[in-house]
Amino acid sequence: MSGLLVGAILRSPHPHARIRSIDISAAEQLPGVHAVVHAGNVEQRPFGYNHDNLPLKGDKVRFIGDELAAVAAIDEETARQALELIRVDYELLPAVFDPFEALDESSPPIHDELPDLEGNVAMRWDFDHGDVAAAEAEAAVIVEGTYSSPQAAPAAIETHVVIAAFDPDGHLTVWSPVHMVFMYRKELADCLGLDWQQITIIQPPVGGSFGGKIDIDPHDFITVMLARKARRPVRLVLSREDEFIGTRTRQPIHFKLRTGADAEGKLLFRDAEIVSDNGAYNGWGSHAMLVAMNTITSMYRVPASRVRCAVTYTNKNYGGSVRGFGNPQATFAVEQQMEELADALGMDPMDVRLRNANQPADVTPQGMEITSCGLTECLQIVREQSGWDERRGKLRERHRGLGAAAYIHVGGGARIYGSDGCGAMVKVDDSGQITLISGSSELGQGSETALAMIVAEEMHVPLEAVHVINSNTDVKPWDVGVHASRTTFVAGNAARMAAADARDQLLETAAELLEAPVDRLRIVDGTVGVVDDPERRMDYARLVRRRLLREQGSVVMATAFYDPPTEMQKEYRGNISAAYGFGAHVAEVEVDPDTGMVRLLNLWTAHDVGRAINPMLCEGQIEGGAAMGIGLALSEELVIFDGRIAAPNLHDYGLPTALDVPRIVVNLVETIDPRGPFGAKGIGEGGIIPPAAAIANAIADATGIRPREYPMRPWKVKGWIDTQERSIVVRNDA
Amino acid sequence: MRLELTVNRDPYRREVAPDASLLTVLRDDLGLTGTKWGCMTGDCGACTVLVDGEPVVSCLQLAQQVQGGEVTTVEGLGRDGELGDIQAAFVRNGAAQCGFCTPGMIVAAEALLRHNAAAGEAEIREGLAGNLCRCTGYNKIVDAVLEVGRARSAAT
Repeated sequence: MSGLLVGAILRSPHPHARIRSIDISAAEQLPGVHAVVHAGNVEQRPFGYNHDNLPLKGDKVRFIGDELAAVAAIDEETARQALELIRVDYELLPAVFDPFEALDESSPPIHDELPDLEGNVAMRWDFDHGDVAAAEAEAAVIVEGTYSSPQAAPAAIETHVVIAAFDPDGHLTVWSPVHMVFMYRKELADCLGLDWQQITIIQPPVGGSFGGKIDIDPHDFITVMLARKARRPVRLVLSREDEFIGTRTRQPIHFKLRTGADAEGKLLFRDAEIVSDNGAYNGWGSHAMLVAMNTITSMYRVPASRVRCAVTYTNKNYGGSVRGFGNPQATFAVEQQMEELADALGMDPMDVRLRNANQPADVTPQGMEITSCGLTECLQIVREQSGWDERRGKLRERHRGLGAAAYIHVGGGARIYGSDGCGAMVKVDDSGQITLISGSSELGQGSETALAMIVAEEMHVPLEAVHVINSNTDVKPWDVGVHASRTTFVAGNAARMAAADARDQLLETAAELLEAPVDRLRIVDGTVGVVDDPERRMDYARLVRRRLLREQGSVVMATAFYDPPTEMQKEYRGNISAAYGFGAHVAEVEVDPDTGMVRLLNLWTAHDVGRAINPMLCEGQIEGGAAMGIGLALSEELVIFDGRIAAPNLHDYGLPTALDVPRIVVNLVETIDPRGPFGAKGIGEGGIIPPAAAIANAIADATGIRPREYPMRPWKVKGWIDTQERSIVVRNDA
Repeated sequence: MRLELTVNRDPYRREVAPDASLLTVLRDDLGLTGTKWGCMTGDCGACTVLVDGEPVVSCLQLAQQVQGGEVTTVEGLGRDGELGDIQAAFVRNGAAQCGFCTPGMIVAAEALLRHNAAAGEAEIREGLAGNLCRCTGYNKIVDAVLEVGRARSAAT
């Protein structure tokens, strides 16, 4: 790109400070510098959930990594020098790093500009269902405990890269890896005072996201600001260090959970107090509580539940929407207590799970209407394959153990905006080529392939005949974006509807040209023929040409918009998804009692995918998700001292290598969902949810101790062994 | 400084900065963008190339260190527009998702199999441990490399 400048960002070195002044004059004068932006010389408005964030901070910085200023220069070296010439005068403020301290009214206010906050509590999410007190009085067994998770990173191997360019008429084009692309465009316009009709977003192939690139970040706005000021295109590439420091993370969540059951192991209640350590700004990460709450109330049949959630501000990097979105954290608590409860009752945890398993046609306390549900079958499969009945509880002499965990997760979209829809267009051109233009984009998960297969199936053509266009907002129809395991389900239904319409248009033309009623036509490999009359047939290309190349001709082009039949939750009640995904894992570990080192030997998985549109891609999602879950369980953590990420690199972060992920047994359970395209449900997030809980339970089986947090690194496990950390059974009348 | 090197059997001469990394020269000066930039600290392996047949992370290699050397990037592993055997096996096995680690992974696998086409699973995992993949969970990658190893062993 001609005239492309290099962008670079100055970030706060302090976790909490007031900005007394900022001086950019020396940086501006450096030859080769074409723009320097800071809060004092740009137009910007607050953005983010609750509008608590600004791209460039003017009054305060709230975490190490907060954006203060940025430059655009002819090369990296000049940009780096320019950043060094910017002078900032800070007044250091006391910082809050501990979310429990943040609950305190007297903790130093991080957002003093926001009225009516108690302490640093950004929001509370409370839910009550049934009579927990009565259920508690009735319970034969009650277990209680705390379960915590660290700050973790999506850590895609490609870092964020953004290019912004204005043309001479003022039209802005942004090349961005974002996946909620239409919202991104609107937020750019709203925050920067641009006309959103004059913005085109192009989504090039993305080197992985896992939620890290889902929505807009300060660096997106800043790249546009720089291009606007410099009147030149600007490219901003985050270094690996900035990727860890300056982009969204998986928020630590702390659970205090109690579960009660009767003497037969039937669940009676769950009571949860949850504190989310969401960092300096809300972002969408604050909404991970929604998913955590779903798991507390709806994983297995739970008649009564009480959930109290507080999302806190702390002076740390803030949470985003990382794969699984609160569910691995919640499942770590819920599924450990299932085994703790079973052990207290002297029952097999699998029997307790099966006794309480969600079933088709169930409506959960939050109003989630379950359609298809293969949870029971998933549990039975991993139970059998792992040799659970013969081996659990019997391997301790060899320091080995088995542990299980299951999950529930949205699998048919998630209505958290006014629409949960996706548009699709299918056109068939004069060569017979079929093009699907989908609102939904590809992040490497294989959705292009799955969507093309759906269109090919509906139109009776080979897969190779279908092309997919999905990366330009000028071309593609609206979509919420890729999140919540929704693409195959929502974009798939939209693609199927458009494909059926395009096929029907071709059939209509064929009926006319072949002089036969539509119900006597059959399509084989893109050729329409008359039943029982093999001579009368015409392929799609010829049909299109005959329809097109005549007076009053027309093109074959169909559009569709699929919005799942779901509802916005009110007071956390309502059917948020058109289908729900389920699955179960069993982990086998070996624990070295002297060092606390945990080796994962086996992982058996079974997932209810509705229908596996492409089994290889389904396996890929499950294995890849499980590998991330294994990373969470055993190694991944952004270690933070006084607000500073100690070692922002991939090695110290603990990303699993080929040596850390064992063979994973994948079973695809097909329940053929009534609403999914050809019965399919979402599977993008399922794999990551159970491993940490299953591995914790396996460690408990191997050692007798009860893990309280992940990652379960050797020194932590050794600590629990040394202190004999045990399950807390507060009542046992069974 | 003047740099001379052979990349994928083609001879190149370029004027480069003394501190330019091999990765930067391959991507920015020669336009060979198959080799990926993931960290610049040698942790991810996405920039793996062969230098005189040995795998190196090109982000940590100064271009001048390979003066006169022979470099093979992922672009050099196919022939006449056809995929190489490891590339084809990756496609067949679903060993790539986003594809960002894939070039480095394939080059590392090529180095591994040239040393020992009969490498077993443990050796393959050891040999690929310097290449991070966030998408696949590695098992399909291991399967692809095992498959090629078996085919190459059978062919010799």
